[in-house]
Amino acid sequence: MFGVPTTVILGQLMLGLVNGAFYALLSLGLAVIFGLMGVVNFAHGAFYTLGAFAALLGLQWFGVNYWGALVLAPLAVGIFGVVSERLLLRHVYKLEPLYGLLLTFGLSLIVEGTLRELFGSSGRSYPVPDALKGAINMGFMILPLYRAWVILASLVICGGTWFVIERTRLGSTLRAATENAQLLQAFGVNVPLLFAATYGGGVALAALAGVLAAPVIVVSPLMGNSLVTVVFAVVVIGGMGSILGSVVSGLTLGVVEGFTKVIYPEASNIVVFVVMALVLILRPAGLFGKE
Amino acid sequence: MKGRKLITRLAAALGILAGGSAAFAAGGEIVIGDIDDLSGTYADAQGVGGIEAIKMAIGDFGGTVLGRKIVLLTADHQNKPDVGASKFREWSDQSGLNMLIGGSNTGVNIAMAKVAAAKKVPLFVIGAGGASLTNEDCTAYSIHYVYDTTALANGTASTIVKSGGKTWFYLTADYAFGSQLQNAASKVVEANGGKNLGAVRAPLASMDFSSFLLQAQGSGAAVLGLANAGADFSNSLKAANEFGITKTMKPAALLAFISDIHRLGLQTAQGLYLTTGWYWDLNDDTRAFAKRYFAKMQVEPTMDHAGAYSATMSYLAAVKTMGSADSDKVMAELKRMKINDMFAKGGYVRADGVMVHTMYVMQVKSPQESKYPWDYYKVVKQMAGEEAFGPVTGACALAPK
Amino acid sequence: MRKAGIFYALAGLFALCVPVLGIYPIFMMKLLCFAMFACAFNLLLGFSGMLSFGHAAFFGTAAYTTGWLVTAHGWGTVPAILAGIIVAAALGLGIGLIAIRRRGIYFAMVTLALAQLVYFICLEAPFTGGENGLQDVPRGSLIGVLALKSDIVMYYVVLAAFAAVFASIRRIVHSPFGQVLKAIRDNEPRAISLGYDINRYKLLAFVLSATLSGLAGSLKTLVLGFTTLSDVLQANSGEVILMTLLGGSGTFFGPVAGAALIVTLQEYLSDIVGGWVTVIIGGVFVACVLAFRRGIVGELAALRLLR
Repeated sequence: MFGVPTTVILGQLMLGLVNGAFYALLSLGLAVIFGLMGVVNFAHGAFYTLGAFAALLGLQWFGVNYWGALVLAPLAVGIFGVVSERLLLRHVYKLEPLYGLLLTFGLSLIVEGTLRELFGSSGRSYPVPDALKGAINMGFMILPLYRAWVILASLVICGGTWFVIERTRLGSTLRAATENAQLLQAFGVNVPLLFAATYGGGVALAALAGVLAAPVIVVSPLMGNSLVTVVFAVVVIGGMGSILGSVVSGLTLGVVEGFTKVIYPEASNIVVFVVMALVLILRPAGLFGKE
Repeated sequence: MKGRKLITRLAAALGILAGGSAAFAAGGEIVIGDIDDLSGTYADAQGVGGIEAIKMAIGDFGGTVLGRKIVLLTADHQNKPDVGASKFREWSDQSGLNMLIGGSNTGVNIAMAKVAAAKKVPLFVIGAGGASLTNEDCTAYSIHYVYDTTALANGTASTIVKSGGKTWFYLTADYAFGSQLQNAASKVVEANGGKNLGAVRAPLASMDFSSFLLQAQGSGAAVLGLANAGADFSNSLKAANEFGITKTMKPAALLAFISDIHRLGLQTAQGLYLTTGWYWDLNDDTRAFAKRYFAKMQVEPTMDHAGAYSATMSYLAAVKTMGSADSDKVMAELKRMKINDMFAKGGYVRADGVMVHTMYVMQVKSPQESKYPWDYYKVVKQMAGEEAFGPVTGACALAPK
Repeated sequence: MRKAGIFYALAGLFALCVPVLGIYPIFMMKLLCFAMFACAFNLLLGFSGMLSFGHAAFFGTAAYTTGWLVTAHGWGTVPAILAGIIVAAALGLGIGLIAIRRRGIYFAMVTLALAQLVYFICLEAPFTGGENGLQDVPRGSLIGVLALKSDIVMYYVVLAAFAAVFASIRRIVHSPFGQVLKAIRDNEPRAISLGYDINRYKLLAFVLSATLSGLAGSLKTLVLGFTTLSDVLQANSGEVILMTLLGGSGTFFGPVAGAALIVTLQEYLSDIVGGWVTVIIGGVFVACVLAFRRGIVGELAALRLLR
């Protein structure tokens, strides 16, 4: 098909699904923060990078293994996120939304710049955990076991988050806060705490994606940078406040990208943006958008 | 409006400060510069260690030449041609630069070579490999000192083709160096009866090579030609292992430094063929230099580090011989003299700028064969400079066929 | 108005004396190009209220166009610059048509994504030279009359261009068109209710901003002699936002001050602290967003007003 062996096509689609899992996880965090707080978190890529570095340094300095990192890194980064929110971010809620974008942009410069100065811009590698070493022979390709794990883990996390937000009491409180924070506060809910926790949570999701990515990708201070633009496009395509939209778009676009790599490799970098442009022309609110 | 005047005055003050501070080295010193990738993909091949090697050379030479103090300026080009070229130009205009050591990244060095020609400042290209620097991009002031893509192909590619690797597929770093290395290797493969099945281009400093490698595997070639270097090389090799590609394709390390082998470990790297201009454990002279370098840097030097040292010494010797730092005189001497030091024996600079010297094809030892730390290579073949760098191609106007 | 006149006269005098003062002309020219870029950007942000996160696309595309036409096709300097401007305008129209469909944050994100698309096209396109960029771009001469090889001559040409751009922006903002833009910025629903076709106005502002950014990019290519991917990189878009915000969006001289500050910091601070410059600039930016939203010039103007 297309002059390319079927094995290669299937292999690329598989890899595309893995990438899509990352897109989904990251756009999930972005969508949660935007949907519930109205803030476009430009620093999302930086927190993703921080998560990966937390795992790396946790291993090198404290001997924390991968499984520990999966819990501790998002926790640590989440706390950092909460601190950032309390110190910096909350001052811009009453301003135009643009300032939230600009503030988080500045924050990303600081975080990524610091990481780059401390660790150099070439990457370090993080070892695959022993339990997930090895590969599955799928016939059309050898799929490293770890990558299969990534797909599974992302689906579980995305599903879990969606469930919490859409189907639990906590989630409904969060959603109420989006609609009318003042009224909710009048009901006795500690809204500032809620906001801080939401930002911390969204950021922790990014960090979790970072830990998942560490064994796959080279851990470098620039890793979040290149990803964040694509994730933004995914969120626009899915519809800015829609969690389901982000997850579905993320996975789908990963696969579309993989497919493009087979038939027209040079365009694989831009296909997401082209899709975004098309969606904007045909359906400006995004595929699952609410407006 | 007072505020606006204040700004103007501030800007003026800053400007004057700027003009003043930049001209600090104008007073009779010999200024050597080093523009290199100090923190990125290629930082280990030369980088900070290269700066140390240059300092060692300046120290060994006595710290002064012709009664003038030797000063070293350094900058990180971040793998951006514009940053490198601008810095070079600024140092020539403002700081009285006499000589520049060029670090890794062929693209940056091509840009800097143009500045060298415009400003008439000798440029010793150490870390970068692209042979175009002594062909289409040659200038009267650039010297390609340590290795180039031609030598790498003549060494590594020919060894692998001759030992049975007939069909090749390349994973190429998508910029000048990668394409030149791929082209050089392709020519050698075909000249030895092999076939080039195709190539895939990966951006410099790619983070995930998996999809590129999958394409390589789909080609069915016997050899995976890694036309990249530094962190790109180690990361792509690791990924190839992870995906089981190295079971069906033999990896060809078209450019690898001892720092890469150290990073990968002998378990992963064993059996790889590579071509190098220098190795720390070749003889007593090389070991003596390596010992001093190790004491400072805690790692053994790569060919780039030794090359930076040797280039600095050769330059200073030329200046001393000619009794002047005038670039034309110094370049004439550099192309006339013989280079005999721990880096090269009987080396000489050709008209097109290539420093012709012996190159070595090495094979990486297995963990069992390695007897002491950093005992990584065994010599497979020693290539005379003329064989390694090939004949003058005529692409450089300074060296017609 | 008289005070403004005195200020501009002093600034102009300083600018004219730069070569005499011994300041490195290439540094000043780079500063002027980025000041032009920031002023063009501010036309959109400060005066029309639209934050574009992808302005580097216009700067860089014009830079590549000019560079390519001069090196590969031997075009004259002025025609090449004009071509660069036209390409930037066309790109501005294309991106604008898609981006205007959304407002505020969404608009910013769309411009970000589309600029990234332009980046990748520039990366892959054969004539841009990929990672190497276009090197050795000669300056040629101005309409065949004035040779531009000398840094000093080129400096005055760039200074003249800058003055022209600055004056045009003032003209645009003070014109009836500019007034409508400000009205749209301040209260879009009211502008609609007054009967203005706001999308047309916004698009025109976008294209104008893109065009002038393109001029800055074309000039930069000729000044420094090369075009590389840095020009279309996301970081470049981010930097022009920084410059404008730091200096003061919504003022005329703000972007210039901001550009001067950032370019100077990057040039001379990086010699001292190396890569930490980015972190410092990021910190300054955060401080700006939190406390000094009016920027240097804005804050100073406000102080004066209060007294």
